[in-house]
Amino acid sequence: MLLDVARGFVRDQAPIDAVRAQLETDTGFDAATWQAMVEMGWGGIALPDTVGGAGMGVGSAVPVFEALGGGLLGTPLLSTTLAGQLIWRAAGESAAEWLGRLCSGSVGTIAYLDHADWGGANLGVELGADGTLTGGKSFVADASVADCFAVLASEGGEPVLALVERNAIDDNALTENVLIDLTKRAANVDFTGVTPAQVFRGDAVAAALRDTLLLGALLTAAETTGAAGKCLNSITEYLKTRKQFGKLIGSYQALKHPTVDIYVGMENARSFVYHGATVVGDEALDQDAEVACRMAKVAADEVMVFAGDRSVQFHGGFGFTWECDSTLFIRRAQWAQQMYGGAIHHRKRLASLLLDS
Amino acid sequence: MSDNKAALSAFREEVSAWMSENVPSDPGFLLPLTFLEVGTEQQLDFLREWQHTLWSAGYLGMHWPSEYGGQGADPAYQYIVDKELAKHNAPIIFNTIGLNWVGPLLLDMGTDEEKAKYIKNILSGEEIWCQGFSEPDHGSDLGAVQTRAVRDGDDYVVNGSKIWTTLGNYADHMILLARTNPNTERKYDGLSFFLSPMKIDGVEAHPIRKVTGEYGFNQTFFTDAKIPASCLMGEEGGGWMVAMKTLEYERGVTAGQASGYWGVTIQVDDMIEELSKLEHDGEPLLSDPVVRDDLVGFIMEAKALSLTGRRTGIPALTSDYPMGLALSVKYRGTEYERRMKQYTASKQGAQSALYVGDADAVSGGFWQRAYFSNFGATIGGGTTQVQANIVAEHVLGLPK
Repeated sequence: MLLDVARGFVRDQAPIDAVRAQLETDTGFDAATWQAMVEMGWGGIALPDTVGGAGMGVGSAVPVFEALGGGLLGTPLLSTTLAGQLIWRAAGESAAEWLGRLCSGSVGTIAYLDHADWGGANLGVELGADGTLTGGKSFVADASVADCFAVLASEGGEPVLALVERNAIDDNALTENVLIDLTKRAANVDFTGVTPAQVFRGDAVAAALRDTLLLGALLTAAETTGAAGKCLNSITEYLKTRKQFGKLIGSYQALKHPTVDIYVGMENARSFVYHGATVVGDEALDQDAEVACRMAKVAADEVMVFAGDRSVQFHGGFGFTWECDSTLFIRRAQWAQQMYGGAIHHRKRLASLLLDS
Repeated sequence: MSDNKAALSAFREEVSAWMSENVPSDPGFLLPLTFLEVGTEQQLDFLREWQHTLWSAGYLGMHWPSEYGGQGADPAYQYIVDKELAKHNAPIIFNTIGLNWVGPLLLDMGTDEEKAKYIKNILSGEEIWCQGFSEPDHGSDLGAVQTRAVRDGDDYVVNGSKIWTTLGNYADHMILLARTNPNTERKYDGLSFFLSPMKIDGVEAHPIRKVTGEYGFNQTFFTDAKIPASCLMGEEGGGWMVAMKTLEYERGVTAGQASGYWGVTIQVDDMIEELSKLEHDGEPLLSDPVVRDDLVGFIMEAKALSLTGRRTGIPALTSDYPMGLALSVKYRGTEYERRMKQYTASKQGAQSALYVGDADAVSGGFWQRAYFSNFGATIGGGTTQVQANIVAEHVLGLPK
């Protein structure tokens, strides 16, 4: 099944040394690895076959992201997949050319946040009567390597989706973020004066945005759950080999029992993301799907923050060093917990969905 | 596949209709919440008759062989019955140690003679079973039990004491773990497993009162009690392996139980329904943002349990830790329930302080009693802390 294929790929192509080699490069990933992913069709894994995608439904991307998370492998696949979803859901086959490019290896990304609030309107970029954009977006994932920017903008107060080519943006309009997770890349992008190649309008834009934000939560949760599983392995390996006071430290219940809680939390998160994978599809997301995506994100965030934190602590002095992979896990946890809304964002919305109906 | 689905759906309707007719109405006295709190003859007689009615209708042990009183059906049928029991707020099916631990154990490892002798009477409720594992000085460390069984001709002579013997004062039989050899190198190798009679000279069960105020378990004393040597299950000295198998059934690690309906089902929806009637600061409790966030947490825990239960049956989705979900089910489930019940009991303003018997208690003190009762689940069958050790050692491979 896809999870095994994806795990095999990550094991072969991205051992932890290869991941570490990319921590301080400009792009954050190895071009050959990305090319191999594109050749397997992952660029269009969540898109319908009518536009060149795999046609297996967006849920099929879940095991791929779980596997990528398990290797802490940073690539532009999350950005590209979600840009594809936003464009497909807002424009359908009228954007077939753009979607075809994403399926065949172009990197796409969504320019959504005006500043920092995943729950805000984020309509600060204006599309003027002259057809140019005014304003900038924050935290645009993989901006430095993206060919296609799906920009949420406002036209007279209404949300529109503006598709912008990389070559329409000046190099110095990009300001790279210093991210806490060194396997990831993002930048602030000033779109002022840029003319979009194509603009999509109407109710479909808001609906597409809503669904894409939910899918972003689900796919980030899948990736985070994979990372939590890897983090758990790293903790248990250390607890099985490190001795203090003449005993393996894994025999102490003060370390053993929280590790069990990480295991249980990781398995719960997996159940939520797999469930999410079965209830999302190409059509608009219903309430069950919304609940599933939000629960998956909450479960994954909570276990990863706990696992990353305990990983540093349980590795002792070594855990506190750059050399220890706990560094990667705790940084991934802090990055992931805000992406597409943190636990507080989703729990607040879940309360309304679950208690007010 | 769809034929099967249609058959199950028709069966569900049949069972539901039967229960609407046959589930007994409120007897006018307090019934136990779980099989751990059967404390009076009145409760016992009532529950025994109800179990007999259910079994006579063909709705208990449906997946057990028909030659021993079952129906030889697919386990899905019993699962439907259990769900319908909960839905109809039926009294519990009380002979749990027989139905869920001893029965599956005998079907798995028992001789034909043992199966023929015991299983049908477990299902009908004619014979009640109890368990003699824990001792006053040996609970979590079960391998250290000291109750002695000494071979004497055709008998074993038993001396010692067992504790937390649920249903012990009513039971006809006990699954007894006793030491037949005190001098083995490994403590486990000196243990033997007996299907021991209870209503014989030298066996006395003394009821113990619980934190709920109710009875249900006992301390059982053996004083030169003579049990036939034929009661030995398996080999002398081979009792530990049989006891561990029993615990797999008790903890729900292995399937085969006759009925999962051993206690009143209390779900997160029941909690929300109860809390929705309450006020806090002059406003509905459910409008309080802190409470709302807490409830999202409980709903998610309940959902995680049900989703994870469904995933347990799909090997491809559990390949990392093949036994992990089954071995952690007690750890995950019982602790969630304890916290959920405590939470509901604690959000009732001053009424939180009332208990069963007070006319003003919320739902008759149901949640307070349910919270206390739940310790039977977090302690019995291996404490939460022991369960955490089991998951750590057997799933994650951490050292003892």
